[in-house]
Amino acid sequence: MGELYNRLAADIRFGESLKACINCGTCTAICPAAEFYDYDPRVIATTVQSQDDEKIRELMSSDVIWYCGECMSCKTRCPRGNAPGLLIMALRTLSQQMGYFTESEKGRQQLAVKRIIGDQILSSGYCVRPDIVDPALHPEQGPVWEWEHKNLAPLMDKLGANYNGEGAGVLRKVSDADLEELKKIFEITGGQAMYDNIESFSKLKADGMGLEFGTDTTSEYVQHIYTANNQKHNHE
Amino acid sequence: MKLEGKRLIWQDYQKEIADDHYFYARSCIRQTFFPGAESVFVKILKDELGKDIHDEQHHTSCTGIGYHSDVVPFDTTMTVVARQFALMTEAGYENYAASCVTSFGLYTEILDTWHHFPETEARIREFLFKATGREFNKPQNLAHASDIVYKLRHQIAAKAKYKLVDKKTGEPIKVVEHIGCHYSKMFPHKGIGGAEYPYVLSGMIEAWGGEVIDYPERRHCCGFGFRQYLVQANRGFSLSCSKKKFDSMEPYEPDMIITNCPGCPMFLDRWQYTLSEMEGKTYGKGNQGIPVFTYEEVAGMIMGYDPWEIGLQVHQVPAEPLLDKIGIPYDVSQKFKGKNGEDIGMPQSPSYLKFYAE
Repeated sequence: MGELYNRLAADIRFGESLKACINCGTCTAICPAAEFYDYDPRVIATTVQSQDDEKIRELMSSDVIWYCGECMSCKTRCPRGNAPGLLIMALRTLSQQMGYFTESEKGRQQLAVKRIIGDQILSSGYCVRPDIVDPALHPEQGPVWEWEHKNLAPLMDKLGANYNGEGAGVLRKVSDADLEELKKIFEITGGQAMYDNIESFSKLKADGMGLEFGTDTTSEYVQHIYTANNQKHNHE
Repeated sequence: MKLEGKRLIWQDYQKEIADDHYFYARSCIRQTFFPGAESVFVKILKDELGKDIHDEQHHTSCTGIGYHSDVVPFDTTMTVVARQFALMTEAGYENYAASCVTSFGLYTEILDTWHHFPETEARIREFLFKATGREFNKPQNLAHASDIVYKLRHQIAAKAKYKLVDKKTGEPIKVVEHIGCHYSKMFPHKGIGGAEYPYVLSGMIEAWGGEVIDYPERRHCCGFGFRQYLVQANRGFSLSCSKKKFDSMEPYEPDMIITNCPGCPMFLDRWQYTLSEMEGKTYGKGNQGIPVFTYEEVAGMIMGYDPWEIGLQVHQVPAEPLLDKIGIPYDVSQKFKGKNGEDIGMPQSPSYLKFYAE
C-alpha cells in the first residue's frame, strides 16, 4: 500500500465509492462515457483496488480519469453500492493536488474550467451568468441565444428578472459583502489553494509548451487546451 | 406496460414534502437560460396558491458546477452550502427548496455525509463560523422545486385554464419526461419514485391531462457531463448523449419534452438545433422539432399566462406547435418584442428548424 493509495483513501468520498468491487461490469454497461469514450469504469475500480501506486499514478496522469461526466448512473446500478463516479472525483482531486493532470490533454483542460467557472464563482457569486455565454464561443447555442445575448437587459426585464439589480430576484447582483464571505470560505477551506495549485502546475506546463499563459481565458495556453482534441479518445 | 405494478413500486419511493413556508434557493443555470421559469414558480406559489416562499437575496451559487467539474474541493462546497443553511436559519425557515437539481443532489450528498461522519459536520461548522461568524440548523425538509410542484399539482390543475390535451381530437398530449440525473440517481429514496421509476414529472403530466411516453433511453443522461460541455473540445460527448435520446424517443412521436433539471432543457433544446445544422436532421413533424420545457413553464402555460411573459420565446425549438395543439392563444407579433412592445430585433431563422415570427 503506497502513499498515493493512502492519500486517496483519506478522501471521505473514497470509502463511499469503493467497497470491494466484484468486477461485474454493470457500471460500464450503464455508463454514458463508456459508450462515447474509450473508457471503462470497471478498470478504474480494479486499478485502484490493486493499491499499486505506480498504476494509480499512471491513471492520474492519463486522459482516462477525465472522461467521466459525473452523471452518477453507476451509483444507481452497482449491486455492491459502489460509485465509480465518486471514485473518479477523488482521483481528479488528487491528480490536481499532485500536478499529474497537466500530463494529459483532457487533464490540462482543468485550467480552462478553473478560469471559466471557478473564477466566475468568486467574481459574481454564480457558476454561470448569461453575459459569459458568448455566442461566438458557443455556436451550438443558436440564433435565438445570439439575439437574447444582444438584448439581455430588455428581455430579462420582460421575463421578471432583477438583472444586475440590488435585492432579491432572478440574476440579481450578489453583493460585495456576500462575495467577501465566499472568498473567505474559499481561503479557509482549501478552495483558493486548489485554484492556486491548478494555476501553478499549468504555468509550468505552458512554459514547457512555449505557450503564453496569461491570466484569463484569452491566453494562448487556455485557447489551446480549450480546443485541442487529438481524436484518440474514442473507440476505434 | 403494467401500470399497477409500477404504482406499487412507486409507493416505496414517496417522500415528505413540506406544505408551506419555503426558503427558495435559485439556480445559476435556470436563471441564465430560463429566467422566466423561476419567476413563474414564485408567482404560482405566492399569487395563485397563497404559499409563503422566502426569496433570499444573500445566497450565492452552491458551487455545484465547480464541484462536479472538480475545481472546487468538497470541504469548500460543504461550507458554502452550510452558509446557505445559515441564511435559511437566520430568515426563520426550516424547509429548503432548491431550484437546481445539481444543488439538490449536493445538499442530499452533504446531509448524508454529515449523518454518517458527524466529525465532518463539526469541521464544516467551524470553517463556516471562522469565515463568516454564521451558524446554522440543518433543514427539517429538503425538496427540489419540482417536488413542490408535484405536491401541488392537483391544486394547480384545479386552477388551470388549459389541459395537456389536443383541442381537436380530445386525445392527451404525448409527453416525454426527462429527470436530471442528480435528482435521484445518487440517492434514490430522496426522489419521488426513486431512480428507476421517478414519478415527479409523470405525476404532473397525468394530473394535467397528458400521457407519459415510456421509451428505451428514458433514463439516459442529457449529456451535460459538466466538463464534457464546459470545454469546447469535449462537446461531442454532450451532443451524442442527447442524440441518443432523440433517436430513441422519435418513433413514439412526442408532442413535447418536460424536464426538472436546469441544464437538461437547455441541452435538449439547443442540441436539436445543432443536429439540424450539422446533419439536416430535425425531430418532430414538418421540421418543427420537439419543444422542450421546464415544469414551471408547463405549469405557467396551463394556467394561461402569456407565453412570451414566461419566456417561451427564448427557446430555440419553437413552442408554437404545442400551443396550437392545446389551443393556448398567443400574439406572434409580440414574440420578439421588449416589455412594452419595443423593437429589439429578432433572431435569424435556422437553416432547417421551423422558425415562427411575424
